[in-house]
Amino acid sequence: MKSKTNIVLTGVGGQGVITASNILGKATVNAEMNVYASEVHGMAQRGGSVICCVRIGDVFGPLIASGTADAIISTEPIEALRYIQYSSKKTKIITDINPIIPFTVAVGGEEYPSLDEVFKEIKSRAKLYKIDALKIARDSGAIITKNIVILGALAAAEILPFKYNILLDTILDNVPEKYRRINERAFRGGMDSIQSP
Amino acid sequence: MEIIEDKPEKAILLLGNEAITRGALEGGIDVATTYPGTPSSEIADTFSAIAKYLKKNGKKPNFHFEYSINEKVALEMAAAASFSGLRALTCMKHVGLNVASDALMTYLYVGCKGGHIIVTADDPYCHSSQNEQDNRYFALFGSAPMLEPSSPQEAKEMTRIGFKISEELKQPLLFRTTTRLNHARGPITLKKLEKTRGKGYFEKDPMLVTVPSTARANHYDLLKKMDQAEKISEKSPFNEIITTGETNEIGIVTSGVSFNYVKEAVEDLETSAKILKLGMTHPLPRKMCEKLIKSCKEIIIVEELEPILENQFKVMAYDLGSNVKIFGKSTGHFSRLYEYNPYIVTDAISKILGIKNPISNPTGYKIKLPSRPPALCPGCPHRATYFAVKKASPKNTVYPTDIGCYTLGKEPPLEVADLLLCMGANAGIACGLSVSTDQKIISFMGDSTFFHSGIPPIIDAVHHNHDVVITILDNRTTAMTGHQPNPGTDFDGMGRPAKRIHVEDVAKGCGVEHIEVTNPSDIKETTQVFKRALEFHGPAVVVSKSPCILLENRAKRKTGKKIPTYEIDQDKCKHCKTCIGQFGCPAFYYAEDESIHIDELQCNGCGDCVQICPFDSISKKEEKTDEK
Repeated sequence: MKSKTNIVLTGVGGQGVITASNILGKATVNAEMNVYASEVHGMAQRGGSVICCVRIGDVFGPLIASGTADAIISTEPIEALRYIQYSSKKTKIITDINPIIPFTVAVGGEEYPSLDEVFKEIKSRAKLYKIDALKIARDSGAIITKNIVILGALAAAEILPFKYNILLDTILDNVPEKYRRINERAFRGGMDSIQSP
Repeated sequence: MEIIEDKPEKAILLLGNEAITRGALEGGIDVATTYPGTPSSEIADTFSAIAKYLKKNGKKPNFHFEYSINEKVALEMAAAASFSGLRALTCMKHVGLNVASDALMTYLYVGCKGGHIIVTADDPYCHSSQNEQDNRYFALFGSAPMLEPSSPQEAKEMTRIGFKISEELKQPLLFRTTTRLNHARGPITLKKLEKTRGKGYFEKDPMLVTVPSTARANHYDLLKKMDQAEKISEKSPFNEIITTGETNEIGIVTSGVSFNYVKEAVEDLETSAKILKLGMTHPLPRKMCEKLIKSCKEIIIVEELEPILENQFKVMAYDLGSNVKIFGKSTGHFSRLYEYNPYIVTDAISKILGIKNPISNPTGYKIKLPSRPPALCPGCPHRATYFAVKKASPKNTVYPTDIGCYTLGKEPPLEVADLLLCMGANAGIACGLSVSTDQKIISFMGDSTFFHSGIPPIIDAVHHNHDVVITILDNRTTAMTGHQPNPGTDFDGMGRPAKRIHVEDVAKGCGVEHIEVTNPSDIKETTQVFKRALEFHGPAVVVSKSPCILLENRAKRKTGKKIPTYEIDQDKCKHCKTCIGQFGCPAFYYAEDESIHIDELQCNGCGDCVQICPFDSISKKEEKTDEK
């Protein structure tokens, strides 16, 4: 039996989505499994919508086919919905609940939808896990660990084909000594937030 | 540093671009050159990081690396290294090869000595480019052998082995990647690092001087070399026919990242086929291709962008008198546009073979979501320059722009980008407009673009006295591609001190008579600077100097300095909307009651907005020190 785990990571450029994708890839190598990931660099990083794919196991290409993601993890609620084509009923969608309003709303007259509507649509298509990653990150000591909170949530959501501590150890190996405690708190905070869907 | 470890058989996770750098190290690279451009940048950035790491640890790198002034100079530098018997690599984005092509086309006639790999990083779907040209045409155009990796692991191996192929043929190789390879990450199995050569020696040879008589002889030799290259292609481990499942009479021809989608499609469709996977795509392994044509009734060609393999297969089938049916772009199953993905490839193959596609149709979201395009960062000094320009210039002023972060000035409310072609084009276009219209012209380019190809049109403007204002947005870095140094910085790509060249000095040397240097964070003064430039008859140059806010803040965080954040006094705010409707910093937002606020998470603390509020309602707030 071939095993594949497809994870979509989304958010806003500059929020650490690519970093999260890279750490997840490294953790997979540490777990001695095959991984193939795809990232977005360059212009899109300037505050734009960002998507990365991480594929684990018996996979060939870097991209995930529509409807085949096991999880979509997002650092922003509408960005989770923007890439909903990758989900099926079985997909677990983990998202931060705090909007980052794009400038097109203030300047271009576009509208940011109500979060109730956003979550309702996600729920109709997949399994939704809402977390206040911003609060957990802030409580952990640094709001820029929001991406680590989301990774913690992913680790607790029974998606990864390896143990959570491999991911945590990889994170800690990749941050300077003095920020390890903040990152560990953020990760564990993310894990705890996923107890009940 | 993992990437320079000499640990054969160890598996490490690398970006496609990093894998190319590792391959070059395993192949004994002596000289690497580039001009940065997404999606190629990290190849060079990795050389730069290695050189800096070694310097920090008191060691000398055994290669020379540089961010050259442009792609043409980068190619010429590396060609010279090759002529001296050294191994060289030049990398650039696809449009960079246009700049380097003048050197390339004759370099291919002359040939090389030390192995030389020229990486062209194509960008199907224009993720971060102004076009999606297919640079495989350059291989056909100039008779260059071409390698196309399908995965980071293969990219590493191809780079390592590429030097040897190049030396065997005495020909530089084109190494074509696409964004999905450059920015794919996968496990790489390391091999031994080969010794480098240090210094080479330039042996004089009259055939290197391409006067007409030698050029004619060189062209003859080039065609002979391509015959030899075909033999290498025939035996290359990168070209192979992979039979999946039961043998049948269906062939699939593919190369690059499309190979991955084909493999996955054949598996998902539970079908079988003979897959011809091409890694050396020019010249094609003719015998191998003919073998496939003869053994198949139907051949499907899967290649992004142009029908280059497809057309060559049709020619080969015609020459063989074969009746094989070839499916691809001409039959309407595949598009010449954009990037492929697993769904597109599986769906097309399923339709051709008459099998049901198990992958669901991608169905997007139903409710309306606001778009989130990239934007000038909060605190970007370009925003202040643009705000001043808009204040200073009459309504029908035309704003030719250029390639860099500042292109994002296109978006509302600034809308200071009217024409964009390629690197350095802003000033040439400005000159053309000045003789073609009576409108005022203010053009924009960054400091790196100025050095790259922005100087010749300034000289043209001076010589012909064109009535233009040429602005250099000098943030002392090549920001969009990842903050690489340029001749305006006082260090180079290997982290060594380097002579800083000032934009205004160059403009003066070009003969520009009206030059003003301004700091855009003084918006009032900058507005006056642009007014004076517009009033000047003849070419005027404005150098708007302020460092990239991302670098500023990174330095502040490192040294423990506070980054301020700003807030709006709701009692003073009169909702004139200057901050949102004219300045347009993404940190401003409307609350549900329509009051305007500054998002402290987005604010980068530049404080420029304090100056633009007519009611003095914006002021500094508490300090933020968030960092990892």
